[in-house]
Amino acid sequence: MRTLNATDADKTADLAEAVRAAKVAATPLKIAGGGTRDFLGRRVVGQVLSVSGHRGIVDYDPAELVITARAGTPLSEIETALDAERQMLAFEPPRFGMAGTLGGMVATGLSGPRRPFTGAVRDFVLGARVLNGHGEALRFGGTVFKNVAGFDAFRLMAGAYGGLGVLLDISLRVVPKPRLEQALAFDMPGAAARAWVTDLMRKPVPLSGAFHDGTRLHLRLSGGEAGVTATARALGGETEDLAVWTRVRDLTHPALVGKPVLWRIVLPQTSARPDVLHAPWDQGGGVTWLQADHVDPAIWEIAKAHGGHATLFRGGGDNIFQPLEPAIFSLHQRLKAALDPAAILNPGRMYEGL
Amino acid sequence: MLDQFDPQLDPVFASVPVARLVEVLGPLLPANGLISSVEGLRPYESDGLPAYRSLPAVVALPETVAQVQAVLRACSAMDVPVVARGAGTGLSGGALPFPGGVLLSLSRFNKILEIDPQARTARVQPGVRNLAISEAVAGLGLFYAPDPSSQLACSIGGNVAENAGGVHCLKYGLTVHNLLSVELVTMDGTLLTLGSAATEAAGFDLMALITGSEGLLGVVTEVLVRLTPLPDIARVILAAFDDVERAAGAVAEIIAAGIIPAGLEMMDGPALRAAEDFAHAGYPKSAAAILLCELDGQAVDVAEEIDRVSALLTAAGATDVRTAKDEEERRRFWAGRKGAFAAMGRIAPDYYCIDGTIPRRALPRVLTEIGRLADAHGVGVANVFHAGDGNLHPLILYDANIDGDLERAEAAGGAILELCVEVGGTITGEHGVGREKINQMCAQFSASEVTAFHAIKRAFDPQGLLNPGKAIPTLARCAEYGGLHIHRGEMPFAHLERY
Repeated sequence: MRTLNATDADKTADLAEAVRAAKVAATPLKIAGGGTRDFLGRRVVGQVLSVSGHRGIVDYDPAELVITARAGTPLSEIETALDAERQMLAFEPPRFGMAGTLGGMVATGLSGPRRPFTGAVRDFVLGARVLNGHGEALRFGGTVFKNVAGFDAFRLMAGAYGGLGVLLDISLRVVPKPRLEQALAFDMPGAAARAWVTDLMRKPVPLSGAFHDGTRLHLRLSGGEAGVTATARALGGETEDLAVWTRVRDLTHPALVGKPVLWRIVLPQTSARPDVLHAPWDQGGGVTWLQADHVDPAIWEIAKAHGGHATLFRGGGDNIFQPLEPAIFSLHQRLKAALDPAAILNPGRMYEGL
Repeated sequence: MLDQFDPQLDPVFASVPVARLVEVLGPLLPANGLISSVEGLRPYESDGLPAYRSLPAVVALPETVAQVQAVLRACSAMDVPVVARGAGTGLSGGALPFPGGVLLSLSRFNKILEIDPQARTARVQPGVRNLAISEAVAGLGLFYAPDPSSQLACSIGGNVAENAGGVHCLKYGLTVHNLLSVELVTMDGTLLTLGSAATEAAGFDLMALITGSEGLLGVVTEVLVRLTPLPDIARVILAAFDDVERAAGAVAEIIAAGIIPAGLEMMDGPALRAAEDFAHAGYPKSAAAILLCELDGQAVDVAEEIDRVSALLTAAGATDVRTAKDEEERRRFWAGRKGAFAAMGRIAPDYYCIDGTIPRRALPRVLTEIGRLADAHGVGVANVFHAGDGNLHPLILYDANIDGDLERAEAAGGAILELCVEVGGTITGEHGVGREKINQMCAQFSASEVTAFHAIKRAFDPQGLLNPGKAIPTLARCAEYGGLHIHRGEMPFAHLERY
């Protein structure tokens, strides 16, 4: 089913030993993969624990719709393997450079434009093997889609920024590539576009992307030939190159670059938007990308007041993620202590004191 | 039969007199909100797994979130265990009362609070029935996708606790994929909102952790579910095979061809014959196995996929491939499948339903092996299952009136579950561990993994009062039972990587 690469290696024993030693010495560890997502989250001061040598696809059987790989495996290697079988990762993870790894993708839990139509990273994680803060390798979940034995600690690892365990191996559910995709663009203001997209999403339309760049709405259709063609004809608009979606996914689209500060604001698709949040949006209006010259802390409150939360994607300082309610934060601390009692795994990457 | 809790192997709590519980909890609940008479407790002695029975000290029936908070706070202060119960349709004994404890029924939380067609969401109380949501939003062109076979009766709170699946989850996902947020009361009475009306919330994904936690971490008091647009059309294909392994092979062919059916179900000879006699679905009774493959979506795409799947099934060796000609025939094809469990009553007095999931590629081997294991234990077996996602439901047939028959059925069931773990699968795909599979957890998870689960539980419930003796075994229990099947400290099939 797969060819072994010369770089494939199982470093579980070395990594476990390093975590155990760090625990004994009470040395915080900064978990590192390809380094492409270093810019996300708070800065961790600690000894670098590199997972990038722990790599290789362990199992991939296209008929199972499941791939299992070590956390240090480059995301590009996984996508190449899937592509050869006409399969893909449904949640369309962004890439911030060729070195990005599977582990970093899961740990940061970021999903791309397809997310509201197909699901998030955590929806497709079937299982994970992780090192807890004692340096023990634990396996949560499995390689099958339906599995309700034990708590779903593997889903919890998606977006936990390594604070609950060092990811070793991850099993992901994959999906067939759509037989046809088509990109369309429309001249339409943001508010009207969001209302239209919301209406479209009430119907079984093969939509797989809805991005507004500030002046134009970009839609992507994915599915069977007949359905996509018929829908494209019904929607109208102007056909454009699908490459625009790679730029939206990787945040290299011109509407998303230029200023030092970039907020990622996640709001309910239908919530009211104050003027200050009028900015390019993706994911059908669920994610607003707001650029600025300076960090305005009022954004946290505005996001919360509109039923969502904000993250300082670029240009943040000490506070990067939306502040949590005290009861929720204390639950986070107790969970952290449950899996990493010595607080050595990426301490403070998400919040101070976590 | 493992229906009694064992003080050596399960959590133990100091007994609190019933009179004391009544005195403390009575004032916190509405009139008729507390039951303590034995005849009043009897209806709560078991859930959908009636072979397991025990009586709680009292049943509490709160009507408001504040009452739930007050009851949990009071039980926490008295160190009294609490078992939450929805509709009581669970198949793993998850709502089995803990003797001496409080059974907390959420049956009065039965309102749909808000439907937002634009946002495609419904805000519901936990006691609302699964199907009631789809019925309430059908006129808006929407539905709630997860459809466990008990959807007529089961409650959404129980669905969250079990991460319920169903026929459609291959395409539409499990409960966890169709939730936006839950309100949860922890044992100390704190009300938390996990998840968000937006697609994600800040911090750890606690809502995903809560889903499927079998009532061990908190009590769900409100759920915001995601609704899905109804497909334009749904059509079903019935394919007959004269060989079970060929039918299993056809399942892999369909998936490998890049088609994700809305449902892909399989029944073997004994199951399909019982179902046909019961429901007159139109199944070919001479077949060794049948597949039901449902395709839904836009009409033009479905027509195209029906052709592709029909050709694949024929190429895979199907002896007969039929597409339901109209909605009436489609309903009949499904009626046989949905009535399959009930139909078993015609061929055996009792059956024991197994719920393991395996990788699809292991289907042919496991089906053969299940037949061998049933023969070896002297029991009959019929297979009805969600083939598309490898979720098996072997029904082990027995007669409870024959001495030793239930024990033989349980032994065969245990052996089948261990086989599922051996081939890289799991002991439960959708029914939950509950009380029923507590010992098999020790075959699937190591002592450190079980310890981690307990640590996660303590983060929510430090006293261990919520649903004790369920879902996560004590280490003492694993020492007693888990070692049985691990020979010389080695997992079977040690050469296979396990995830």
